[in-house]
Formats: sequence, structure tokens, C-alpha cells
Amino acid sequence: MCGIVGLFLKDKALEPQLGELLSDMLITMTDRGPDSAGIAIYGKADGKTKVTLQSAAPDQDFPQLDADLKAAGIDASVTIKSTHAVVETAADIADIRAFLTASRPDVRVMGSGDSVEIYKEVGLPKDVVARFGVRAMSGTHGIGHTRMATESAVTTLGAHPFSTGADQCLVHNGSLSNHNNLRRELIREGMTFETQNDSEVAAAYLTAEMAKGKDLGQALEGALDDLDGFFTFVVGTKSGFGVVRDPIACKPAVMAETDQYVAFGSEYRALVNLPGIEAARVWEPEPATVYFWDHEKAA
Amino acid sequence: MNTSVQQESLESMRVFDLATTPLRELNSALHAIAPGANDTDFEVVNPRGSHSVAVGIDTPVTVEVKGSVGYYCAGMNDGGTVTVHGSAGPGVAENMMSGTVVIEGDASQYAGATGRGGLLVIKGNAASRCGISMKGIDIVVHGSIGHMSAFMGQSGHLVVLGDAGDALGDSLYEAKLFVRGAVKSLGADCVQKEMKPKHLKLLADLLEKAGVTDVKPDEFKRYGSARKLYNFNIDNADAY
Repeated sequence: MCGIVGLFLKDKALEPQLGELLSDMLITMTDRGPDSAGIAIYGKADGKTKVTLQSAAPDQDFPQLDADLKAAGIDASVTIKSTHAVVETAADIADIRAFLTASRPDVRVMGSGDSVEIYKEVGLPKDVVARFGVRAMSGTHGIGHTRMATESAVTTLGAHPFSTGADQCLVHNGSLSNHNNLRRELIREGMTFETQNDSEVAAAYLTAEMAKGKDLGQALEGALDDLDGFFTFVVGTKSGFGVVRDPIACKPAVMAETDQYVAFGSEYRALVNLPGIEAARVWEPEPATVYFWDHEKAA
Repeated sequence: MNTSVQQESLESMRVFDLATTPLRELNSALHAIAPGANDTDFEVVNPRGSHSVAVGIDTPVTVEVKGSVGYYCAGMNDGGTVTVHGSAGPGVAENMMSGTVVIEGDASQYAGATGRGGLLVIKGNAASRCGISMKGIDIVVHGSIGHMSAFMGQSGHLVVLGDAGDALGDSLYEAKLFVRGAVKSLGADCVQKEMKPKHLKLLADLLEKAGVTDVKPDEFKRYGSARKLYNFNIDNADAY
């Protein structure tokens, strides 16, 4: 199983409600997978890099993080949220990673970019949403996942969304059968992996394809040829939002579109509280068909 | 009767609001109808994509569902008439025995799967695997159907006013398929067959039962089993 949701706002008036709407959508999907949950929110880009960190020992790793970054010559602001911390900085992500390797080797980078923040933990969606204050977050688009683990362990790092490139993230319902081989090929191309999870391979595949100059839509078209197995993916980039299902399409998916938003849910239940859903165009995405929207292209 | 069940005094229709009433109260009420009872009209409001709405009906009740439903609506229906004024999630009318299920909107995958009897009408489109392993059910889809529909269909009829997706009727037994639009591809052992007068008559009856009046039987093509796959061919014995 697994439950996935996504919301891409077209109407700026809804942006303050993104966290609230997405939280309710994800909590409705709890019975599709109670192992762990995660959410990625694309907020305002203010010219700085946001790096979302996670620690198994936040009480040790985070209180002095601010001061230690400064001592290392990195000007940054740190916002601590439970087991996660968001570092905002004008410094390069490579400098942050080098600092972490030297000073906080057990802290993991959940994701980074101009606008994305990623929060994920073991536990129920309602608890994960509450511990990170997701309801209060505003943003332009976001995706969420509640997991019933099949391909790898129930850990924070095994939870979705997976982020393998700046402002990119992916949630997955399904299981891939060629992920081990594809992981080896991607490692040869220079990608790095944090887990043995199949979905991380899908995320890294899309990152690698987009690094070659493809847009999200073209990368998703490639995924239909190169990924084997069952998948419904919902993918976010800095300005884009994409959906694709494998040709067999046994993993459920429902979409809704109005003048205000594009929404995705594993089931229609996830969408019923959205504003104006009664008048929305609601449809089941076709098998092996790429759907994607882009704020920059729409503008 | 439970206090959360409202009664409309004039029509004696029982209304269940799933926003405030647990689903099990609805389904228990549907299962508790005594033989010969005449208070058999039900309305369900605010289904909001709920799973298993009106499953296991075994008496000739009428259920009007005002909104969209999730998985397995009207599953195992035996004699009831269920109308969904919205769309249906996966497995609508799965394993229906008899009765009628009408979906005013679209249906998700495996609509009418394994159905043994009754009539399923989908006024929108149906997704993949519509009528998979059908065993006697009649399914009429006003729109189009997805891939792998009627896979291993054993008996019954699937009538599609629109188009059919890939691998229609793969590994088909004796279910009869009628498609008015284009078929993207036929599955293994499924072939187009001659439309004989008896098939036109059969199709006319099915269309009438489904309330289709603006379409003529001779606009359809008939598909069925080539019967080369479902009997063991002794020449293939070496392969086992």
C-alpha cells in the first residue's frame, strides 16, 4: 500500500493554507501505511539556500549548531524543529556538507535547495505533522507520503519524500524490481545513496536525467522506459509538480484540478476537504502517461 | 432504530449521513431487512470516498448514494439496486450476484470483477481491468474502458459504447464483448467475431436494460474467445 498526496497551488491566496491542506490530505491516508510519514513543502525562495537536517540525537547535535557554523566561518540561521533543523545560508551546500562531515558526522541532510523543506519520521502522519508544525507552513506546492514498508527497513531515512538533488523530491507507491542494477549504474555516474530503498533510486534517476538537461516531464518519460516494477510517483521540483504511473497502473491514483490548484491523492478520500472539490475536474491519471505542471511555464 | 438514523416521514426513506454515522450502521441496516419488509429505500449522503459502501446486500433494497465512493462499493450485491451519483473507486460491484448497480460518473480499476450476475452500468469511463474474471455479470459502460478488461472472462457480457484499451479479453473464456469504438489491442486468444442476428438481439436487450436509447446494436463489433488457449493442447505436453 502506502498513501501519497500532492498539492500544487495556482492561486496565491491559498499559499498560507498549503501546510494545513496537505496535512489533512496526508492524515486521511493514514490507513494506507502507518509505518512512517513525510512531507515536503516548497516555501518562499529568498535567495538563500535552505538545508533540512535530521538527527537521531537532536538535543546534542542542534543547540550549538548555530555557533559552531559561525565558528567555522559559515553565516547561517538555524531553525530547530524536533529531530530536524533548517539551516538557511548564503554559503554553498558543499561547505555545509563539509562542515557536517567534520563536526556533526551523524547528522543527515534530508534535502536542500532554494525553497524546499523536508520533514520525515517514523510514526503516524498526525504525529509527524504535529511534531514539525507542518500545518503552519505556507508554500506554493508540496507532496506527502505515509509508508507501508516493503523494500527496506522502517527508519527515518527509509521514509519518503526522497530528495537527491536541489529542490527535487519524490514520493512513491509501489515497488521497483530493477533498483539494485539501476543503483549500480547511477553510482557509476556519480550519484550517492543513503539507503537500500528502491524509491531513492527512482529519485536519483530523475535527478541524474534532469542534470543532463531534461525537464521534469522528459525525465518522467524516461522513467517509463528505464524503471521496472510498480509505481505511482508524485514528484516536486522548485517550480514543478509531476505525476506518472507505470503501464500496469495497479497502484491507485486520483487527481483533481480547479482554477486554484492541482491535487493528487492515492484515493478520492484525500481530496474531499479541498476548497471547491465539488466542482473540480476529477480523473484517474492514465497508465504510462506523464502529467506535469510548472509555475514558471504557467507564468 | 439508532438515533443517528434520520427518517423522512413522507417517503419512509432511510437517510444515512456518513459524515456523522459510522459506515457499519448503514451496512448493518442493509443486512437486517426482514423478508417481505417494505421499508427498503435508502439514501446515503456525504460518502466522501468511503470504502465498502452498501456491500453485502442480499435483499431487493434501493440505495441512492449522493456523492463519490471509494473501494468496493456494492460488492457482493445480491438483488439490490444501488445508484452512485458520483464516481466509484476500485472494485465497484465486485463479485455481484444479482441486482443492478449504476455509477453516474467514472469507475476506477476492476469494476465488476468476478461478477456472477446482475447488471453494472457505468455512465462515465471505467479504468483498467473492467470485468476481470467476469462469470455471468452484464456490464454496460457508456464511455471507454482501460487496459486488460475482461481478462479471463468466463461468461456474461461486457458492452462498451466508447473505446477499449490494450489487451482486451486476454485469455478469454466465454464472456461476450461488444465494443462500439476502437480497440487499442486484443489480448491473447481474443478475436473479433461475426455479429449474428442473435447477437444483435442480445445487444439490443442489454442496451435497453441499461437505459441506452441513442445507440444501435449494429454500431458495435463483437469479440470473443478463439478457444485455442483454454483447452490444453496435447501437442504442448513436452513443455511441461
